Amino acid sequence: MTKIGIIIRREYSSRVMKKSFLLLTFLTPLLFVAMIMIPLWLSSIEDDTIKNIIVIDKTGIYHDALKSNETCTFLFSDAPLDNYKRTENKKSDMTAVLYITADLSKQPDAVKIYSEKQVNVELKSYISGLLEDYIQKQNLNAYNIPNLKEVVEKSKTKLDVKTIKWDAEGKEKEASAELALIIGMISAFLIYIFIMSYGSQVMSGVLQEKTSRIVEVIISSVKPFELMMGKIIGIALVGLTQFFLWIALTLIISAGVSSFMGGSFNPEALQTAQQINMPGMQTNVPQTETQAMITDIYTSLNGFDFFKTLVLFIIYFLGGYLLYASLFAAIGSAVDNETDTQQFSMPLTIPILFAIYAAIYSAQNPDGPLAFWCSLIPFTSPIVMMVRLPFDVPAWEIALSVFILILSFIGTTWMAGKIYRTGILMYGKKVSWKELWKWLTYK
Amino acid sequence: MNLLEVNNVVKQYSGQLALDGVSLTVPKGTVYGLLGPNGAGKTTLIRIINCITAPDSGEILLSGKKLSPKDVRNIGYLPEERGLYKKMKVGEQAMYLAQLKGMTKHDATKALKYWFEKFEIQSWWNKKVEELSKGMAQKVQFITTILHDPDLLIFDEPFSGFDPVNADMLKKEILALRDKGTTIIFSTHNMESVEELCENISLVNKAHIVLQGNVAEIRASHSTRTLLVRSAAPVTSDSCEIISQNKVNGVFETSLRKIKEMSNNDFLTELMKQTEIHSFEELLPTMNDIFISTVKNTENINSRL
Repeated sequence: MTKIGIIIRREYSSRVMKKSFLLLTFLTPLLFVAMIMIPLWLSSIEDDTIKNIIVIDKTGIYHDALKSNETCTFLFSDAPLDNYKRTENKKSDMTAVLYITADLSKQPDAVKIYSEKQVNVELKSYISGLLEDYIQKQNLNAYNIPNLKEVVEKSKTKLDVKTIKWDAEGKEKEASAELALIIGMISAFLIYIFIMSYGSQVMSGVLQEKTSRIVEVIISSVKPFELMMGKIIGIALVGLTQFFLWIALTLIISAGVSSFMGGSFNPEALQTAQQINMPGMQTNVPQTETQAMITDIYTSLNGFDFFKTLVLFIIYFLGGYLLYASLFAAIGSAVDNETDTQQFSMPLTIPILFAIYAAIYSAQNPDGPLAFWCSLIPFTSPIVMMVRLPFDVPAWEIALSVFILILSFIGTTWMAGKIYRTGILMYGKKVSWKELWKWLTYK
Repeated sequence: MNLLEVNNVVKQYSGQLALDGVSLTVPKGTVYGLLGPNGAGKTTLIRIINCITAPDSGEILLSGKKLSPKDVRNIGYLPEERGLYKKMKVGEQAMYLAQLKGMTKHDATKALKYWFEKFEIQSWWNKKVEELSKGMAQKVQFITTILHDPDLLIFDEPFSGFDPVNADMLKKEILALRDKGTTIIFSTHNMESVEELCENISLVNKAHIVLQGNVAEIRASHSTRTLLVRSAAPVTSDSCEIISQNKVNGVFETSLRKIKEMSNNDFLTELMKQTEIHSFEELLPTMNDIFISTVKNTENINSRL
């Protein structure tokens, strides 16, 4: 094995075997899945207890409107409301008292629900829905126009605006602007987090080697540049490992969870369901809100080029990381202690922070000048371009941006190597920017 | 035969001369002392020999061939400021450093086993470095320096951090390595160990070599012609001045300085006529004295310039 290979292996294995790495890698997907699945799961739990509702209808006209069904039973009563207030008269299976005091079409607030426990929203909207429908029917009937109900029903319309993208050959692709944006933002944030956290790992790693003076021993065996590159590459592999483990684990866990939950979130099932439920037939098949939403997401995902995004994500991740990591390494080599690193890493963290803001604005205007220039400038392009990608950036722009990024990281690595070589052997000297510039010019 | 030749090496750091025309030759199989006050340029010279930095001009020959970065395989370097990865296990770390020197896993394991047994530190193998004391860590560092059996060993202050027992053991190991044919460069401020270990030295001060040569010859040439005589009765002579004379346990100890040019033998013959001589010895200046006086002298010259 070459020397740089030995260094990469040590940097990699010493980090991957750390407890903190294992915890972060295995817990994050769990958290991620939990964040998506728990609300869905909670909403899918159906309350199967039968609700008994006592109806005190002073008007006596809503008897027909309130029909019992399997979850909800209406019991009509003539007893005064106060009767139910007293504990001894309360029936143990009573959920609530519905109290109607006047004709609701004339006095819409003449209805109240009394209960001990908070009545859930579902029940409340169910009851008000029943009453509203009934009143509407009554009102329509009052006009005495035949078939008015059907006319009104027909006049109702629900819009479903779909966004379709034309590709180069004019083929249509269904796409969702919102979803594309979400994916773009997530990948931009991932790159941001990876550059920041792994970049500073490179910096502190270099600083540790310097302060523990192991570096003196090692550079009598290997070239400083090899040591620096070994560290940078080793840590990059740690980052990629974490990224792929996150993807794999998230997929495995969500597959596990969805099979546990009866397959209601199974993508294939949803896709086939979606194919059957062609528009027009949709009304015939009952569909819950969440199911419809998820189907929608999967449809728009079909119009999204995952492979291209993944490949470009890795290119921009590596390019951005290499660009910054070598500079972080140079700073780690130039300073003597942790506190100095903050002062010197400022010029690096500011462009990264700026990139994330530029990315947010570029998302709103993906073809504007800010988005265009920031996706070419190598210090911001890895983050900004990820946000623009879903909006079909011209191929030449991507190629140019990647090209500039590659050229730049070769340049920064070369520069960093020069500073690093001098810096790691320099102790007790307060470095200045001028000093760093001088190190660049040493033979 | 010379293992290492340094010819007229110049190195400059941002306008400041670290080495100015330094030359020295290290014979094979000897211990060579590289002495000098702090900041004299010793570390720079050692780094140049280790190919860590390159000289501005001049050349380095190892076994008669121009030094190339490949030669670090044949050099072992124990820097003055040395450390280890604190979180790494001792054995793992020693293996890592050995592999970086180009040893195969198999050879490294074998050599490490030998040295760990010799130093009786097998039980440290799975300990983390942060659990070791400074002296213990130094032992590990010494082993990793010599493990790949290099032709040239460079020790920078090897005894710092060692207790006398372990320092003595280390000294014996260094001499054993020399007897095996390894050439050793030894940089230190501890002049006692220089007298004990080194055959030749170079004294570096302010980027220049101010004194160079065989230790015995240097000491002889710096002779102040002071003699210590133990005798049964007080001695006296025209050819010398008496510095002090004491009676210790019935024996007269006289230290005197020769003022006339005469051989020790002739002088002894003269003294023997006076009384019973128990011992006669020339007091050579210690390396410590020579070091201090030489450095001071050169500094005076420099300040006058």
